[in-house]
Amino acid sequence: MKKLFFISLSIFLLVSINCFAQNNLSPFKNEKGSLDIAGGTAHIPVLKEAAQNIMKFNPDIRITIGGGGSGTGIKKVGEGLIDIGNSGRKPTENEIEKYNLSMYKWAIDGVAVVINTNNPVSDIDTETLQKIFSGKITNWKELGGKDASINIYTRDEASGTRDVFWKKALLKGDISQKAVFISSNGAMKTAVSKDDNAIGYISVGHLDDNVKGVSLNGTYPDLDNVKSGKYTVSRGLYSNTKGEAKGLAKKFIDYIYSEDGKKIIKSKGFIPAER
Amino acid sequence: MKSQTKSDLLLKFTIYSGTICAFSVIFSIFILLVFLGIPFFQQSGLSFFFETWNPGQGKYGILPMIYTTFIIAFPALFTAFFLSLGFACFAASTGHSFLKKPAITLIRTASSIPTVVYAFIGVFLIVPFIRNIGPSGSGYSILSASLMLALLISPTMIFFFYDSIIESEKSLKEGGLALGATKTEALLYLVIPNAKNGIYAGVFLGMGRAIGDTMISLMLAGNSISFPMSPFESGRTLTAHIGLVMASDYDSPEFGSIFACGILLYLITAVLSIVSKIIYEKTGT
Repeated sequence: MKKLFFISLSIFLLVSINCFAQNNLSPFKNEKGSLDIAGGTAHIPVLKEAAQNIMKFNPDIRITIGGGGSGTGIKKVGEGLIDIGNSGRKPTENEIEKYNLSMYKWAIDGVAVVINTNNPVSDIDTETLQKIFSGKITNWKELGGKDASINIYTRDEASGTRDVFWKKALLKGDISQKAVFISSNGAMKTAVSKDDNAIGYISVGHLDDNVKGVSLNGTYPDLDNVKSGKYTVSRGLYSNTKGEAKGLAKKFIDYIYSEDGKKIIKSKGFIPAER
Repeated sequence: MKSQTKSDLLLKFTIYSGTICAFSVIFSIFILLVFLGIPFFQQSGLSFFFETWNPGQGKYGILPMIYTTFIIAFPALFTAFFLSLGFACFAASTGHSFLKKPAITLIRTASSIPTVVYAFIGVFLIVPFIRNIGPSGSGYSILSASLMLALLISPTMIFFFYDSIIESEKSLKEGGLALGATKTEALLYLVIPNAKNGIYAGVFLGMGRAIGDTMISLMLAGNSISFPMSPFESGRTLTAHIGLVMASDYDSPEFGSIFACGILLYLITAVLSIVSKIIYEKTGT
């Protein structure tokens, strides 16, 4: 009952915020047409809410948001199939040149190592982390935990979270072939919260009481440390257009950078970036 | 008279065109799989089928997935066989007449539950159980998947077993009893041997389902890319591999491996169901 009350209250608040904050939406007045967005999946919660606000304000605008992964987003926008292509990594020099891309980095996201809340371990250094994920350290005892084997959880190859974790936390070290594959940030949280001996990694935005975030080389992965750059396992969330963004695409990107947009980005657990 | 011939023709035409449609769709799926897979096979030959999976080292083979598919499906089939045979005998022959009907109704219901529900229940019941009894590991293992898969394919097998036992009882049981055999003896030495074609057919169809199922292995087997050597280790099946890699780039070799998986799965399940059909048809004669 209490939960229901809070949900309805927050819906009410969101609606009323929308009513007051019309100046951020006013560029969409008298606009018409459709906007197709696809690519990186980490972006979706933020862009979806932004799109809903815009479409509620002006029902003549139609915005569709699809997934597909960072590579797909870049390729599709480059070939002119969609208006905005999202990527959870910076497009490569080759891609930028080939497709004449304009990049808009609007948020920063961190990737945190997580373990079960019953696990006493709280700090791991890079070298140890590499040894754990490559399967050289196999027992929590070696890290001061209890005598139990380490269960490694990882993400599939299409995951942007995996990409940044592998590059910046493991420094491109091996991931054991025995690692269990999980298909989303949410599922990773569930798996680790249920397995006392688990180790995995999730987007900092998803970190909560169900799992325990582990400090990496002494730095805890919270929003402040990601923002200041002290926690290094982080990445930008990019939206890319072919050539300079114009028309509806430009207005959409402007909206993401507006005060309203920043609020949405924060509420989804990311750090807004300046353009 | 004339109008009847016309409607006859119309009916014939409708039935034929329906059959041809279904046939051509099934065939064109295979042709499409091969056709779309050609660019990938031209690039890397048939190495997809004989290599291990390690994109970091440029290896995109599906050998671990082929191995895991069978290492999960065979124990599941083995477990399900005895489970189903016992159940079918109970429901068709030796069971208390009061319980026979509810038992077969229960199986009918079980066969219509979507596999994702089985998998979901497995995550919360079997996985923690296996994690606790196993020497090590996360519980996402080939044993978990195998056990749940046995439960999933049992209803299909029970129906085949049940039908053929009922059929064979009709002609043999009374004679057996008249010769002085007990109910159990008649079942074991006369009815079941005579029902063997239906039982084989059920086994092959069950095998096809076990190999073709996606959700259970995707959600319970852990999807690691190693060759699991113990029942408590995790592995990735062909079907789960397709589900996992689908999201990657179309041009990538990762995507190519999907076609290799698809063609292989298509062939395996097609052969199994054709064999099952041939054996079952023999029963009639």
